[in-house]
Amino acid sequence: MADYILETRKLSKDFKGFTAVNDVNLQVRRGHIHALIGPNGAGKTTVFNLLTKFLIPTTGTILFNGDDITHEKPADIALRGVIRSFQISAVFPNLTPLENVRLALQRTTGSSYHFWKSDRCLQKLEGRGMELLDAVGLAEYAHEVTGELAYGRKRALEIATTLALEPELMLLDEPTQGMGAEDVSKITALVKQVSANRSILMVEHNLKVVSTLADRITVLQRGSILAEGAYDEVSRNPQVLEAYMGSEHV
Amino acid sequence: MNKTIWIMLIIIGLLAPFVVYPVFMMKLLCFALFACAFNLLLGYTGLLSFGHAAFFGSASYITGHLVKNSGLTPELGILGGTLFAALLGYLVGSLAIRRQGIYFAMVTLALAQIVYFVALKAPFTGGEDGLQGIPRGKLFGLIDLGHVYTVGGNPLGLNLYYFVFALFCLGFWIIFRTINSPFGQVLKAIRENEPRAVSLGYKVERFKLTAFVISAALAGMAGAMKSLVFQLASLTDVSWHTSGEVVLMTLLGGVGTVLGPLVGAFTVVTLQSELSSVGSWITVIIGGIFVICVLLFRHGFVGELARLLKRSL
Repeated sequence: MADYILETRKLSKDFKGFTAVNDVNLQVRRGHIHALIGPNGAGKTTVFNLLTKFLIPTTGTILFNGDDITHEKPADIALRGVIRSFQISAVFPNLTPLENVRLALQRTTGSSYHFWKSDRCLQKLEGRGMELLDAVGLAEYAHEVTGELAYGRKRALEIATTLALEPELMLLDEPTQGMGAEDVSKITALVKQVSANRSILMVEHNLKVVSTLADRITVLQRGSILAEGAYDEVSRNPQVLEAYMGSEHV
Repeated sequence: MNKTIWIMLIIIGLLAPFVVYPVFMMKLLCFALFACAFNLLLGYTGLLSFGHAAFFGSASYITGHLVKNSGLTPELGILGGTLFAALLGYLVGSLAIRRQGIYFAMVTLALAQIVYFVALKAPFTGGEDGLQGIPRGKLFGLIDLGHVYTVGGNPLGLNLYYFVFALFCLGFWIIFRTINSPFGQVLKAIRENEPRAVSLGYKVERFKLTAFVISAALAGMAGAMKSLVFQLASLTDVSWHTSGEVVLMTLLGGVGTVLGPLVGAFTVVTLQSELSSVGSWITVIIGGIFVICVLLFRHGFVGELARLLKRSL
């Protein structure tokens, strides 16, 4: 039971008669990197948004560490230690990278409602902030304007911000989407590096990334689970090959 | 920002009544505070309220009523008006923050229209006439705010001016502190990327509501000051024109800058007073100026200046 950090039971989502996600039973083992793949329109991002509570499931339940979180709000599950990233880079563009990371660190200080205090009291967080930026190779950009950073660096910053919250489970929505080959390998290495001591569920298009990183893979098609298993297993499955690999066989 | 700039601004503020007609100067300060309070929402939280006149105007009525009919001293009257605006802000905010973008603006506008209607119909507001002849009274029961000094042959109401100036500084400081606080950091995060702020575990509704209440309270304080300065609380103060004017001031000066709303309010109020002789054409002229400014300085006067200097102002 406690073997699974995240579990869904009969999870479904209808959009006005269109069933985007149908009866999905997903189980993410503690300590695993679990990848969710599938062709375009398979419902990956919908599943992802259901798990992060940005969408409300039509039916089914979601369990985190055995607790039913189906009806919690997005900010509540963040407080439980489930932190998500977004498909398009989720940074605060007009702040500096250091301020981005500091915002995540600040949440645990309990001073976030203190409008009468000077923000100088946040300076004590900057040491840890620099460590995190250093870990993703952004230390030298700490005081630039985030919006002006290269795309790959924004994604790296996003991971640093997520890490600042010491999440138990990280949910990554296409972390390498729209990146050049060099950035992809950097981010892959970074995800591998941060996966120690935590569980990761990622949606990913890039099969090379999936094959390097994922301990277990779930293939979605038309809102339902088509196959599940380790990469070798899944990649030999004839149904998966037919549905998915035609264009991008690795 | 630079300390010298602040000290210079304070000195200018202290000397202004000897150069500029004090009532005009006080009007500038009231609207500047109003615009700064509005900017806390639009510029730093990303919420466009189209009903801020409700807070400005209702506080002006409450203060006027407390001072005129209940005989309270001016500081208590202003406190009462400000608290009322904060309470009203809590009610309006609680309803409005459930919606985003244009819907948020529409909810605030609709609720502000209700306040306007109440102001028109309620027995103590004086309806179309407004509350007239509000006494300025004695500050703490000691200092006569109506007292006029004669300096170089000119009559100057310095007591009231410095009282208003002190309140303005207090309000401005609260806004400045809020912007540059841990709380302000979260507000900026919400403005920049609300879903990300949520995913970091911030309950954005509470932050938005707190910001809304602070903004409403200070807009109320500005309105309360205004009712003492003009000795009048009128329907204009609660009308949607006033809500629109404060948007205009903030955008002209530079949304999301500390000094922008100040500059914007000064510009609009000065234009209104300089052009008052042209009658109703004034709206057309100010509209035209606004269009030109939006085309030329998209970030407002101070916003463009800040970009040129590459620092925040």
